[in-house]
Amino acid sequence: MTPFNTLTSIAVPLDIVNVDTDRIVPARFLRQPRSAGYQNFLFHDLREGDEDFVFDRAEYQGAQILVAAENFGCGSSREAAVWALAGAGLRAWIAPSFGDIFFENSFKNGVLAIVLPLDRVAGLRSLLQREPGARLTIDLQAQTVTFPDGSIEGFEIDPFRKECLLAGIDEIDLTMRHVDQIAAYEDRQRAETPWLAASR
Amino acid sequence: MSPSNTPAATLYEKIWEAHAVAQGPGGRTLLYVDRHLLHDGSFHAFAALKAAGRAVRRPDAAFATPDHYAPTRGRENIADPELRDKVETLQANARATRITLFPIDDVRQGIVHVIGPEQGITQPGITLVCGDSHTSTHGALGALAFGIGASEVAHVLATQALWQTRAKTMRVSVTGKLPAGVHSKDIILALIAQIGAFGGTGYTLEYAGPGIRALSMEARMTICNMSIEAGARSGLIAPDETTYEYLAGRPHSPQGADWERALTRWRLLPSDADARFDREVALDAAALEPMATWGTSPEHGIGVAGVVPDPSGQSDATRRASMEKALRYMDLKPGQPIEGLAIDRVFIGSCTNSRIEDLRAAAQVVRGRKAVIPAMVVPGSGLVKRAAEAEGLDRVFIDAGFDWREAGCSMCVGMNGDLVAAGERCASTSNRNFEGRQGKGARTHLMSPAMAAAAAVTGKITDVRKLSLPPGRGPGRGL
Ligand code: SF4
Repeated sequence: MTPFNTLTSIAVPLDIVNVDTDRIVPARFLRQPRSAGYQNFLFHDLREGDEDFVFDRAEYQGAQILVAAENFGCGSSREAAVWALAGAGLRAWIAPSFGDIFFENSFKNGVLAIVLPLDRVAGLRSLLQREPGARLTIDLQAQTVTFPDGSIEGFEIDPFRKECLLAGIDEIDLTMRHVDQIAAYEDRQRAETPWLAASR
Repeated sequence: MSPSNTPAATLYEKIWEAHAVAQGPGGRTLLYVDRHLLHDGSFHAFAALKAAGRAVRRPDAAFATPDHYAPTRGRENIADPELRDKVETLQANARATRITLFPIDDVRQGIVHVIGPEQGITQPGITLVCGDSHTSTHGALGALAFGIGASEVAHVLATQALWQTRAKTMRVSVTGKLPAGVHSKDIILALIAQIGAFGGTGYTLEYAGPGIRALSMEARMTICNMSIEAGARSGLIAPDETTYEYLAGRPHSPQGADWERALTRWRLLPSDADARFDREVALDAAALEPMATWGTSPEHGIGVAGVVPDPSGQSDATRRASMEKALRYMDLKPGQPIEGLAIDRVFIGSCTNSRIEDLRAAAQVVRGRKAVIPAMVVPGSGLVKRAAEAEGLDRVFIDAGFDWREAGCSMCVGMNGDLVAAGERCASTSNRNFEGRQGKGARTHLMSPAMAAAAAVTGKITDVRKLSLPPGRGPGRGL
């Protein structure tokens, strides 16, 4: 995975609440292998019905940051939603809240999901609409977002996710370091709840 | 009360503590995963595992069945090559990794969230995951169950564990007795309307109170199933005699002396009386009426006597615009009554409402009537289908002109080709009314099986309480 450090980029605003992962990638495309390039299906039906869809506007081309509204990525657990957004070049998203599974899936793909207060995010979206092409800077180490007006907002991230992102670590490798503890758990399971344990 | 030497704990905290294998930085915990369910959408995870050259750590703890892509007819010889490929890929992956498989031609095949409990794979106090957000369903048996993404599926296959952050706890206390014609689907739709589609984000919900205790296992599953529609990854119900009665004798339930040992452990699971929750919510079941959704979020539920809300009452501009967008998509006007709205098609099925009691509730409304619009019933598993046929429910539906299909996800998500056409309005017992969920341009109204059946026989959204039912068969209990 590509490590994440700092990022300065155009940000694209998406002003819809409860954007579910069905909208991000409609279910009929999920039968495709990843190699099909899920970015090709990103917001497919939304874009079709709206020629002026924000992702298609020239001013926002090259954006690596998405600024969304409440409950972004709710619904289905399809990781394809993250693949599509990341495949389109996005490396970070900012919203007042995210669907929990989508949030988790983001980090698994080296994408930084940032929660900021509702009014700050709403203000940022309207600024980005007023001044398309405005840039944000995200500093993961310092845990800050610098707005186009120069103001700085701090964000929370759990140290585990931060480490994984900064170093671009594969989580399975990390977990394998605990394999003895996993095996010890399995021994206890065999003794206490043998019906759940592997028969030897 | 908890014993004085241990602090009071909730059901969630007890399961969490019992499965913590290691602590990571920042409060991350490596949780052991007892049971893992896989389906035909899991091919990405198998591919990732194979690419990384990793083995499945505990094939005995994983169970697989095709559901999302499973055709609901003509499956002896699947005509669509892509569907066939998805079903066969899962079956080949499961066989190659020695994971227990319920293949497409097995009577035990069905929607993962129906067969987990049905086979006794889901048990109180275990951790259970699946690459599907409605894994919350299994919480109805007192299991900590949640949906995960493809990377996490691969992680669990390889390590049998997952890094998680402990959620906050919310108790939903349900009091009062459900009125006739009102079902557990109405409880959960009313709750989501009350707390919102992200009211539960970051929480594990625990449904409690006499209104929950009175429900059957199937009815409880309907409620836990839709926890994710309130934003919560998991919903839990403490196990009780209803749970034990349901589980006794199921193929994967503990047997003999193990059953007695299991029971002793399970009885310790319920939240201690003095346990504290981060948030408390209350709901009076007696005050509910049958619900239907008007919009494109599960939080858009209203009582059947209600009217479509007016976005101009919304102070937040983004929320107002989103509601207006939903109204346009659904072709509805503010102030319009939901009752009487013409419906084009009915779908009775999905992991929310495709169990035997759901089919009984629908059949009770359909009996002696005719569907006036296309309607289909898709049982949640081959065993549900068989049980329904043994009771003659299939005849009730077929005689009324319904399609009676083989088990799978079907029109809940349309991945197998069972789609709602653009512009069509579908009364559906599923869990998501998102734009395009049942097909591009499809308009979904979520409701209970009884309400969906009422829509099928009247061609419009109808208050099921207004339809006369055969004597002695009042639409009361359960569901
Ligand atoms: S029935 Fe619908 S919600 Fe349930 S698992 Fe299948 S597609 Fe998902």
